[in-house]
Order: sequence, then structure tokens, then C-alpha cells
Amino acid sequence: MLDPYKLRSEFPILHQEINGKPLVYLDNAATSQKPLAVLNSSRDYYERINSNIHRGVHRLSQAATAAHETARQTIAKHLNASRPEEIIFTSGTTDSVNLVASAFGRSSRLKKGDEIIISGLEHHSNTVPWQMLCERLGITLKVIPVLIDGTLDLDAYDQLLSERTKLVAVNHISNAFGTVNNVIHICSQAKKVGALTFVDGAQSIPHLSIDTQLIGCDFYAFSGHKVYGPTGIGILFGKYDLLCDLPPWKGGGEMIKEVTFEKTTYNDPPFKFEAGTPNIEGGIALAAAIDFVDNLGISSINKHESLLIKRTAEIIDELEGATIYGPDDRAGALSFNFKGIHHYDLGTLLDQMGFALRTGHHCCQPLMSRFGITGTLRASFAAYNTIEEVESLGEALKKALMMLR
Amino acid sequence: MTITEKQQELLEELNLFQDWTERYEYVIGLGKKLQPMDEALHTSDRLIKGCQSQVWLDSSAKDGQMSFLADSDSVITKGMIALFVRVLDGESPEDVLTADLSFIDKTGLKEHLAPTRANALTLMAAQMRKGALEAGQQ
Repeated sequence: MLDPYKLRSEFPILHQEINGKPLVYLDNAATSQKPLAVLNSSRDYYERINSNIHRGVHRLSQAATAAHETARQTIAKHLNASRPEEIIFTSGTTDSVNLVASAFGRSSRLKKGDEIIISGLEHHSNTVPWQMLCERLGITLKVIPVLIDGTLDLDAYDQLLSERTKLVAVNHISNAFGTVNNVIHICSQAKKVGALTFVDGAQSIPHLSIDTQLIGCDFYAFSGHKVYGPTGIGILFGKYDLLCDLPPWKGGGEMIKEVTFEKTTYNDPPFKFEAGTPNIEGGIALAAAIDFVDNLGISSINKHESLLIKRTAEIIDELEGATIYGPDDRAGALSFNFKGIHHYDLGTLLDQMGFALRTGHHCCQPLMSRFGITGTLRASFAAYNTIEEVESLGEALKKALMMLR
Repeated sequence: MTITEKQQELLEELNLFQDWTERYEYVIGLGKKLQPMDEALHTSDRLIKGCQSQVWLDSSAKDGQMSFLADSDSVITKGMIALFVRVLDGESPEDVLTADLSFIDKTGLKEHLAPTRANALTLMAAQMRKGALEAGQQ
């Protein structure tokens, strides 16, 4: 059993007051807080081995390179990649999406009239890069509709698939509603028409066990900061053969094999996609975060969070005029509104009482339009949240609603 | 009462409250007491852009006096704009244009606001001044 009270001692930021009240941090889907293991890892890197990696002849460079490449192995293992070369360090999920959209766009795999499928649950980050690619190449963007319970209409998805479909990009968990998508099914259907698959794992990485081979996706992306790691570092998993085949997207140091002014030959994956000095410390600290998650056990984290999210849903459901979005078996985040109450007002008053929740469209404007709303109030959970915090959220909501009605 | 006196009066009222809850409830109450704005006036040219909540403002001048109608889907935002309306309504366009609206910083409300909301207040004030400027030019 995971003990969140014990765990909280490893998160210095949680021990503070907001407006005289203890901080209750429920904005984990936006970013998670960092444990000492991660903070110490960053500090240790700069105190002990900071140096530029690869091709360094000296001891520090060798140590930094080793730590960087060990981090890649840790992440490869966590995602059950076939080999560490399938792991590319990026600056985050958004960067990973742009990498694939850009490299895919430059390859000879796309032509006018082709189609890319995304879903109505996507974050703008997994929408706009594909839109830009479509505009550039005269490709059509198709969208899997969202059913009223906040899940994807997978029958409609089957209808959208055709030999014109070249790529399907969906999230594993919706950041707005906490919907867990059946990515195994989505990827296997895509494969039948020969389309590539991209899974946005920004929200799933802190809550689910990720096995890229089981999912059967060609690409999987996530951000370090959503999984107890630092900001500015992220991962793109890509199948090795595919990474060999795709052209690079950014030019610079590290990504080359040989440069002359006439012609440059490119390095092998993953380096081909890692131009410039990477976020070395970020990658190492991200591996520390992944170790932290593995030590706790993702299934005990998930079990604990599921209890919290279920209880939160019960509490909110009992309040007058509540609407909860998304299916009951959600993960990570819970989105809701109250009749006649602006989510922004509720968020403002909750902040006064020390609660950090997110309000607004959660970078999912098309999804909000689908439900005829401008936004929601969203509570999102991490391993260090407690049932006490959930109960106190219920009391705070009652107070705020009384003030606003 | 001059604009400065009206601001002073408002600040004194708000300072009566020790607790943030009461202060917010008072401001929300001011919003609720605003003269109702006809839904037909909720047009895009009256919408103040840049606010997370929707805010509509209608400015008009009659016999040298400014008149403001305002509405918002957020009751807190509506309360905030009610503070401005109470201070500026019925004043001449010149006085609205030159009014020092820094009283809002002294209400103890702004420090509790997210930057987006604080920014919305600045936008509201700017929009009211714009109304006064247009009225002054006519």
C-alpha cells in the first residue's frame, strides 16, 4: 500500500501555506511536483559531473555521457522499447509531436490527398502540428468524434480509416476529462490500413504502465515534468527502423556523421534527431523520476489515485447542480462544472482557500465546444495527494458555491 | 461626490471587512446590484477581449454625463467592474478620462487575483476610458 503521508516528506514544495491555509495541490495534470530524488539528481549533476557529452576525451565528459546514456536506457526499459536507440530526448511532448510531424512531412511517405486522423479529445499540442503539416502538404485532417460520455466513437473511427490514412495520432489519457483511450485497439486498426501511429502519453506516463510493444504504436511521447521530473525535457519513442528511415528535422551538432560544404551525412538514431547540446541534466533527472515511479510501483500509484478520484467524483456528484465530464473509469483528472457558476469564479475562491486547481479549456477548445462549454474546473491527482485533501476539497467547494449562489 | 471621494468611500466600505470571504461576498453583491444589461447588448463590439471570463461593457453619454452598463458571466468579474461603474457612472467624459483609478490596487482584491484577472481589470478601465474619449469627441 502506498503511504501518501510518508511520501509527502519527499516533496518540499508541498509543505507551505497559501493565504494562511495548507496548500492542496490538485493541478498535477498541468505539472507534477518534484521529489528530493529528482532535485538531488539535478544538483548532483552540476556539482559533480557537469560537462558536455559525447566525443569528450576528459573524465567529466565521459561521466556525463555515461549518465546521459544510462538515463536513455532507464527510459527505454520503462517503456519496454526494443533498444535504447529508440528513445529520443526532446524538450517535451509538444516538441516530440513537432519532431514527428516535421520529419514525417519531409519524408516521401506523404502526398496530397492523404489523410491524418486525430481525435476530438486531443490537446492543442497534438492538433496544431498536424494541422500545420496538413496545410503545408494539402493533406486532410480527420477527427474521431467524442461521444457524450467523453469517450471516443470507435465505430466512427473504423469508418474514417482507409488506404488514404497515413497516420493516426491520439492521446493515451485525455488531459481534460481523464478518459483512458483504448490505444491498443486504435493502433491495431490503424496498422490494418498501413497507417503509422503516434500516441501522446503526456497524461498517461504518471498513472499507467506503458509498454510500447504491447500498445503496438510507432511513436510514443511524454514530458518529464508530468511524471515528477524537470521541465524542458521530454521523450519521443520511435520504432528503430522507422527512425532510420525518417529524415532529420533540426540541423546542428551531434546529428551529423560527416559535414562538408557540399554535403552532410546524418548520424544514426537517436542522435540524428538530437541536434545541439541536449538538456543533459534534465535527462538524468528524468531517469531519477522514472526510478522514483518504479520504486513506488506504478500499479500502487494507480490504485491510490483511483481511490482519490472516485471519492472526489462522489463528493462532487452530491453537490447541487454538478456536471462531471468523462467516463467513470477515468484516470488522473476529473473535470466538472456547476450549473450557473463560472469555473473561473470557483477556481478563484478555491485558490483563496489554498487549493490549486485548473480552470478553463485545458488547451482543448474543440472538445469544450463539443460539450457547449467554455471550460471546466479540473482536479488532477498525484501519488502524494491524500484522502484528507479530497474531503477538504469537498468542504471548500461547498463554501465557494454558497458564496457564488 | 467627486470621483476621488467615491473611491475613498468604496475603500472605507471594503476595509470594514477583516475576512477575505466577506470582502468577496460584498464585491459579488455589488455586481448583482448592477443595473441589468439587456442580452441584446452582449455583442462582440462590447465584449472586452483578453479576459478568461466574458465581459461586456456599454458606454454612452447624455447631457455631458457618462453612463455605463456592464455584464459578465463571472460574478466575481462582474463585481469588480461594478466597482468601476460606481466610481465613474454619471461623471463627465473629461473626468472619466483623467480619473486616477489606482484605488483598485488598495482594495486588497487585486493581490488575490491571478494575473489574468488583474489584467482584465486594466482592460476594463481602458475600455471605459475609450467610451469616454469617443463621447468627448462627439
